[in-house]
Amino acid sequence: MADAKAKHGSPAARPLSPHLQIYRPLINMVMSILHRLTGAALYVGTLLVVWVLIAAASGPDTFSHVTGLLGTWPGLIVLFGYTWALLHHLVGGIRHFIWDTGHGYELATIDLLSWGTLAISATLTLAIWGYVLSSGGATP
Amino acid sequence: MSMRTPLKEVRRLGSAKEGADHFWLQRVTAVANLILAIFAIGLAVSLAGADHATVVRTLAHPLVALALILFLVSAAIHMRIGMQVIIEDYVHGEGAKILLLMLNTFFAIAVAAAGALSILKLTFGG
Repeated sequence: MADAKAKHGSPAARPLSPHLQIYRPLINMVMSILHRLTGAALYVGTLLVVWVLIAAASGPDTFSHVTGLLGTWPGLIVLFGYTWALLHHLVGGIRHFIWDTGHGYELATIDLLSWGTLAISATLTLAIWGYVLSSGGATP
Repeated sequence: MSMRTPLKEVRRLGSAKEGADHFWLQRVTAVANLILAIFAIGLAVSLAGADHATVVRTLAHPLVALALILFLVSAAIHMRIGMQVIIEDYVHGEGAKILLLMLNTFFAIAVAAAGALSILKLTFGG
């Protein structure tokens, strides 16, 4: 793109390779990016899950040390983020299953599915944490 | 004169070497993950704040252990081929790409194996 010059040596003024920065963000485009981002976050987040499993297998002392760290405010924020990433990717996956059947490609439906995914993943995340915190399951 | 080209001699998937295998594996593991993740979330919520003995007793149950190990394996495959696509999309240097793809495979297998080993240790009472 940087090498593309008009005949007289001045850079071409038109966008030669339109990419993300050219387009007005649309909700399904944002959702596509979020699906990839949450997927990548979950990739790293697997370490968290395995960390807890290893701690449980290591014994009571290691386990209480790890759950103690996860029970601090930073730990809870990470767990909250992990929960949302998991649910968002999961609900977004169901959206992709619908598309895989060949249905739901009308523009209005795509927008509805996108906003629906956001609404459902946010609601489920808040519901789960509301339940866990109110039942005394996790106390910072 | 025959209008046939040598193309008809191509065996199986030809030079593409794969068809929809990657796409299909992503979907199969996605379905497995959907079911197993719902179980795992329920388990995590029910165990939130539980003491070590309770957690160990629950995870040691063979059916719980089985579901969690299946989830680890399915998730590892799913995230490995997902990250593979991300690497292929953004990393263009051939050497760096091959290295990252290899590390990606190592990471996925190591994570699944470490998690599975921990669960097996609890199940077999280690």
